[in-house]
Amino acid sequence: MADVLTDTAPDTAAAVPEYPMQRDARCPLAPPPAVHGLRDGKPLSKVRIWNGSTPWLITRHADQRALLTDPRVSDDDLEPGFPYVNAHRAEIAPHTPRMITNTDAPEHTRLRRTVNAPFLVKRIEAMRAPVQKIVDELIDDMLAGPNPADLLTALALPVPSLVIAELLGVPYEDHDFFQRNSSIALDSAASPQEAREASGALAAYLDKLIGLKLENPGEGVLSEMAGRVNSGEMTRTEAVHMGVAMLIAGHETTATMISLGTLALLQNPGQLALVRDTDDPKVIAGAVDELLRYLTIVQTGVRRVAKEDIELGGVTIRAGEGMIFDLHAANWDPEAFPEADRLDITRSARQHQGFGYGPHQCLGQNLARLELQVVYGTLYRRIPTLRLAAPVEQLAFDRTGTTYGVACLPVAW
Amino acid sequence: MKVELDEPKCVASGQCVVAAPDVFDQRDDDGVAILLEEHPGAELVDDVREAVAVCPAAAIRLVER
Repeated sequence: MADVLTDTAPDTAAAVPEYPMQRDARCPLAPPPAVHGLRDGKPLSKVRIWNGSTPWLITRHADQRALLTDPRVSDDDLEPGFPYVNAHRAEIAPHTPRMITNTDAPEHTRLRRTVNAPFLVKRIEAMRAPVQKIVDELIDDMLAGPNPADLLTALALPVPSLVIAELLGVPYEDHDFFQRNSSIALDSAASPQEAREASGALAAYLDKLIGLKLENPGEGVLSEMAGRVNSGEMTRTEAVHMGVAMLIAGHETTATMISLGTLALLQNPGQLALVRDTDDPKVIAGAVDELLRYLTIVQTGVRRVAKEDIELGGVTIRAGEGMIFDLHAANWDPEAFPEADRLDITRSARQHQGFGYGPHQCLGQNLARLELQVVYGTLYRRIPTLRLAAPVEQLAFDRTGTTYGVACLPVAW
Repeated sequence: MKVELDEPKCVASGQCVVAAPDVFDQRDDDGVAILLEEHPGAELVDDVREAVAVCPAAAIRLVER
């Protein structure tokens, strides 16, 4: 303890709060309390991140909407001053090909249009029956298995794995391999070496599959991307990186929304009853958006850098200064969502920023909504006695990963 | 009521189609929004306002007269 105290930074550093901030263990689903203070005080303030730099923290819903659609705000992580999430991201940035996650318009627009087709609203809607079948079968297995069970392993993790495998056209027998490697690649506790190896293993596997699809096109996104490689629209390397990105982006996030969404509903029995007892798909769709707002599981903030000076609310963000958009703060902004700390599935939450905002808003949001609509619309109806099998205080929350979630959610029925 | 779509800005998120399916569709090959109805009836104004609000690229404008 004494060692820790003597290592404390000088007083001058104390004025700028550290980011990410600490949550209150008594309110595990709420954003860190200090974030509210920043949002409701000065319009913009600075925070200190892992490398000692002090980017701006953007917390208000309206400010985020304005800045995230501003062409002077860049997602190019090779721009000087970019506020990387961690050392690993900083280290890999110069070696990462240009893709939708690190480019600006017009390059971003071109790249995004090459990967959008599988996520068309009508194509996602056509997946509703297959997704329902996946969910029904997993719940069948869960009910036939031990009680209590871990909701993560029984349902939350396999649903997105199976759905992404179906979307990409990946054989099911490689499911375990995918789950293991995408978890490591995302785990901020993993060493840069481990994360690199996991991403590398996924990339090598997808490259092999795309190679097969180049010769024998079949169903799924990988076949479509192979077609675009054949026509010269994208390179094989771009296709592989997109495949890995889709897999990683859609897996843990959706799993977390299934588990934490269930936890939030179990803690709010009135809201759970509304979800369980309805036949109206609009009620379920509203519950999905409200849970996306309330939980805002991406906890590292959206990272950007200013390419030119930007005036906002009497403050000037200088060219070359980093910006962090805290999505949870914006989604709990009372100016946008009255009584934002209350879970209310009947409110109009459609303008939440749980998927981010601006041209980089989550590519897979339509698929994520579909998966969550099917799970929330099925699980509590089929298992109306579902309950937590461990006290909330004993759940291990991941406070450091990209997404805030639990490693295990024991449930009984 | 007139709807304007700034197509070069469109990132094909499809949120306009979810909000106002009678007014917007998406191109099959890249998902870019298609304006089905430049002058939608008054009964669609709420849907269009929602589409404007949820478009992540701020690519839709509603001109009310």
